[in-house]
Parts: sequence; structure tokens; C-alpha cells
Amino acid sequence: MIGFSLDDEHEALRRTVRDFARQAVTPVIGEFYQRGEFPYELVTEMGKLGLFGLPFPEEHGGMGGDFFAFCLALHELARVDSSVAITLEAGVALGAMPIYLFGTAEQRERWLPPLCRGERLAAFGLTEPGGGSDIPGGMRTTASLDDGSWVINGSKSFITNSGTAITSLVTALAITGRSDDRPEISAIIVPSGTPGLTVGPEYSKVGWCASDTRELSFSDCRVPAANLLGERGRGYAQFLRILDEGRVAIAALAAGLAQGCVDECVRYAGERSAFGHAIGHYQAIQFKIADMEARAATARLAWYDAAARLVAGEPVKKQAAIAKLTAGEAAMANARDATQVFGGYGYMNEFPVARFYRDAKVLEIGEGTSEVQRMLIARELGLGRPAR
Amino acid sequence: MNIVVCVKQVPDTWSERTLRESDSTLDRDAADAVINELDEYAIEEGLRLAEAHGGEVTILSMGPDRATEAIRKALSMGADKAVHLVDDALAGSDLLGTSAALAAVLGQIGFDLVILGSESTDARTGALPAMLAERLGVPQLSYASKVEVDGSAISIHRLADYGYDTVEATLPAVVSVVEKINEPRYPTFKGIMAAKKKPVQTMSLADAGIDPATVGLANAASEVTGWAKRPPRQAGTIVTDEGDGGAKAAGFLAERKFI
Ligand SMILES: Cc1cc2nc3c(=O)[nH]c(=O)nc-3n(C[C@H](O)[C@H](O)[C@H](O)COP(=O)(O)OP(=O)(O)OC[C@H]3O[C@@H](n4cnc5c(N)ncnc54)[C@H](O)[C@@H]3O)c2cc1C
Repeated sequence: MIGFSLDDEHEALRRTVRDFARQAVTPVIGEFYQRGEFPYELVTEMGKLGLFGLPFPEEHGGMGGDFFAFCLALHELARVDSSVAITLEAGVALGAMPIYLFGTAEQRERWLPPLCRGERLAAFGLTEPGGGSDIPGGMRTTASLDDGSWVINGSKSFITNSGTAITSLVTALAITGRSDDRPEISAIIVPSGTPGLTVGPEYSKVGWCASDTRELSFSDCRVPAANLLGERGRGYAQFLRILDEGRVAIAALAAGLAQGCVDECVRYAGERSAFGHAIGHYQAIQFKIADMEARAATARLAWYDAAARLVAGEPVKKQAAIAKLTAGEAAMANARDATQVFGGYGYMNEFPVARFYRDAKVLEIGEGTSEVQRMLIARELGLGRPAR
Repeated sequence: MNIVVCVKQVPDTWSERTLRESDSTLDRDAADAVINELDEYAIEEGLRLAEAHGGEVTILSMGPDRATEAIRKALSMGADKAVHLVDDALAGSDLLGTSAALAAVLGQIGFDLVILGSESTDARTGALPAMLAERLGVPQLSYASKVEVDGSAISIHRLADYGYDTVEATLPAVVSVVEKINEPRYPTFKGIMAAKKKPVQTMSLADAGIDPATVGLANAASEVTGWAKRPPRQAGTIVTDEGDGGAKAAGFLAERKFI
């Protein structure tokens, strides 16, 4: 029979990250969040803890763990805060992973070790102002070869980790030609500071306020031809794999947020009293929290399943979409209920549940909207392919 | 340098702690178990000294089977190996018994430096380091906020109300540390994986040559004869400031010997 209990090593990792989140993140994150400031010190600490190197082999400066371990870390961080969790998620699953999976020996050697140590961050630029769900329909960014260089023109929206002081590169997807009248898409590594790359100001976001999200524009931005990542024309196919993994990771993060809502509510329901009893005495509150726990547990099982398949090398497309959908919606529902349990305090930014409320919505949007997840599940079921 | 760090597994201070009705000892199954917080500082100091001067860090823990979790964590932080003293007859040992047992093991395995946390969060006597040093017949350097080793010379800053004293001795010695001393590291996943392969030697009373008549609840010199739950918190005293609020507040604190 199957079982979902963690082995000793993963359990030890889970506890370590939990301790770190409670001891190092909880006390300071609210201030960063309210100031909309990127928490460099925490990212450095997460780097020392080896979190950015979790799924990578030791020869590249990694921890020799697996993708499941990485997801566990996201889950435990997001129980406390999603800004640091998304910084880790995007840095590893979108930033470093493509270089590890598709990079040449030189590219890996040059970029991976500082990324694995969390001393540097990498970003991944897929979404454009013209659309994120419809790739490549919404894509306009182009790259053409000229005298041994790629010349990139276009722009990218909502790119996580792209404008921090420690960002070392963004991998940009660009149209590099046409074949059979379809756009040929390739991935190109653009080092930070390359002339022609302009990093926009930090967006004013509803949530994830202590994470870095920017618009990027490329204007005759030249990088060496050798910065092509993976095969020319394989950009989109490569990134379908990255996106599947990313969905599992976001599902873990969302399940963590959903669980964090339960953690906060269980405590508060015992402390806060009204009409002569702790509010947890009333069945209306008990049932609300019971529903929250059920959603959090379901979300966790969904990402455990998807991540376990991923590590085993099994097909994961449908399970990844199911996990992302289930966990994203669980996070949103739990955040809404948690805010309700906290009453007026739940609406005050200094309370974690208010942060959870603001952070939850994007989990139904980023790395594929809930609609896109449903499209993927339907497609896996053999239902009609969506129109381009 | 051969460094031994003594580590105790205690109930998490985050969880509710209760005494058992049957024998008035702590109900260790009812709470999450963790490494005693100050012991993490002791481990960190051991690791730093070994990194700076070379040598090995051995973890020594006396406790039930479950203490292996604490030992694994210490190993995943970077210690080299561990000795686990485990025997049903040890349950309920008081300070005399515990110090005798640990001293017996230390005598067997040998050491240049023994490091401990200055107290445990469950018993909170803070006397074990001194008793251990006495039994081993070596100098004790307690309440250290800084440790320096130079060849066979060791000196510490001993934390005091007025600042610190510098205390010096010659190795072998026993040091107890306070939390000001360092910032303990978190184990990395690599460390966690490596810990699986590190040697943990279990010892029984017989292995360590400890006389069963010196340890355990039955042979404890002190006995808990009764206990009561902490009374619910009383309403506070409100000081109304009529121009003399500061003096009244100070008087309140002085009366209770806080200042
Ligand atoms: C904080 C944040 C960080 C991000 N970080 C990154 C990053 O690091 N890198 C990156 O590349 N992107 C990033 N994104 C972008 C994100 O992945 C996109 O926003 C997302 O994929 C949706 O794309 P869109 O915003 O263009 O919405 P659109 O694609 O314009 O969608 C609008 C609406 O239409 C719906 N829709 C679209 N097509 C269909 C259809 N066929 N059927 C039914 N409904 C449909 C969508 O579900 C959605 O509800 C980030 C976004 C945010 C908010």
C-alpha cells in the first residue's frame, strides 16, 4: 500500500525549516512587508541553510536533495510568510533549475554555485504585457543573431527576483524565427547589467510585498550567442517541463499558506473570548476551522502526490495541475476564513492572517491561472484542445 | 582537540508541560521533544572550536531511546560522532545520579574539553556543569559568554551582573555556556543526510561501569513530595500617575526585589 509519511531525513529538514521560519522570519517579516522592502538578510540566512541548493547535486554547490525536499521547505516557509517563500520558489524552480536542466557545462559552472548558495538570484522571463496564459500567442519579444550576438527587443511583465541587488541573470524567452509559419521560441541568458536591459521599478502589489517583481524591457540588448540556453527553437518545450515543476512548487507554497491559516486560527480561537467563552467554544468557529484544516490537508496530499511522482520520474502534468488548482483555491478560501475568525484584527496589516489574505489571491494567478489548470486537466482527460 | 558536548533532550517550551500523577516526574511523552536550547549553543561552540583548532566533536546524551532524535540533530549540525547512554535504570535520576553517570562515561571515552549549556529548560538547576567538573576533578569555567583556547590554556568571559570576569584554566576542563556566546547554526540538508552515516555508540549502565545503586528515581537524594498547578494569573496593579508615578512604579519593583 502507499503511505505518505516522511522519512527521517525529510522530516528533519521540515523541522529545521519550521524552526527557522518561526525563529528568524516571524519576528521581522511584518516590517519588511509593510515597507515593501526586500529582506536581503533573510535571503542570506536561507542561503546558509542551503535552501536554494536543495534540489541540486553537490558538484554544483547544491545540497544533494530532491525536488520533494525543496517543496517541503516552501511549505514550511509559507506557513509563516509567502514573500520569502516565493523568492525561494522563483529563485530555484524558475531561476536556477533551467540552467541546471538545460545548461552547458560552462553555463552550469558559471552560474549555479552562487545561485545554490543563495548569494545570487536568477529570474525567469516568460510573461509579457500582451499575455501570460497564451504562450506563444501573446509573445512579442524577439531575438536575432547578429555578428555572434543575440540582439533582444521586447518586454516582460511581473518578473520575480529580476531587480534585486543580488540578481545575476534573467532567462528570457524570445521568438528567434519562424518555421512552418509558427514562431520559433528559444531561451537566452541575459546577465544583470547588460546594456539595453532596463529593469523597471518595483510594482505596487496587493500581496507578496517583501518579494521583488519588476517589468523588464529589452532594447537592442546584446548578449553572446553562447548565452542560448538549451536548443534553439526548443525554448517552449523546455519550459513546459519547468512550468510543471513550478506548479508543484507553487502548490506546496499554497498548501503551506493554507496550513498557516489553520495554525493562527487554532491559537487565536483559544485566546480570544466573546460572550463569556473563548470563540473556539462556538461551533460556528470550530466548523470554519475544521473546514480549513480539511482544505489544507487535501492540498498537502495533492502536492505530496505530484512531487513524489516528479521525483520518481513519472508523468506529472495532470497531478501538477490538480495540485496547483486545489492548493491555490484552498489557500484563498482559508485566508478568507482566517481573516473572519480574527475579526477586525484580521484586517490589520500587523496580523499574519492579514498578510495571508493579501498573499493568497496570486496563488490562483501566477504560474498558470486556475482556468489554465482546468484547461490542462481537461486536456489530459482528452477533452477538446483549447483554441489558440 | 577532543571536545565532548553534553546534550539533553527536553520537552519543547512551546508545548504544555505537565508532571505525571504516578511519580511526579515530567511527562515526557506528552510534549514535543527538542534539544535543550542552551545545548545548541554548546554544540555550536564545540563546532567552532574544532573548526578553528582542529579535533573532533563528540555528542554525549543520557536519555531514553527517543533521545536519538536530539543526537541526530546534533550530528546534522556537524558533530562527528555520539555516545548515547541509555538504560531503563537511569529514569528519574537526580543531579547526583546524572553527574555520576555522565562522569563515568566521560572517564571512559576521554576528553580535552567538555561543553554544556549552563542549564536545561526543564529542570533549571544549572548545577550539573559544576558537579560534573567536581566528579571529573577538572576546572570548571561556567556561564561563558566567550571561550578562547590557546594550546592547553583556556579562558572564558564569565557573565556577571556587572559585566564579565575573565577566568582561565588549563585543559582538560568543563565549560558551560550562556546564549550570548554565539548564534547556533541550523542543520543543512547535506548535514542531515551525512548524519545518517555518523557513528552513534549506545552504552548501558553495565557498559559504562556505573553502579545501578547510584542512579535512578529510587536512589535520588531529593524527592518531589507534592506539586500544584501554577495559579491563574492575578489582575495587575494599576499605578495612577499623580506626578509620582515613576517613584510608585520603582517602589513596586523594589518591593519585589526586581531592582
Ligand atoms: C506577483 C507575480 C509574480 C509573477 N512572476 C512571474 C515570473 O517570475 N515570471 C513570469 O514569466 N511570469 C510571472 N508572473 C506572471 C504570471 O504567470 C501571469 O500573470 C499568469 O500566467 C497570467 O497571465 P496574464 O496575467 O497575462 O493573464 P491573462 O493570460 O491575460 O489572463 C486573463 C484572464 O483570462 C483567463 N484566460 C486566459 N485564457 C483563457 C482561456 N483560454 N479560457 C479561459 N480563461 C482564460 C485567465 O485565466 C485570466 O483569468 C507573475 C505574476 C504575478 C502577479
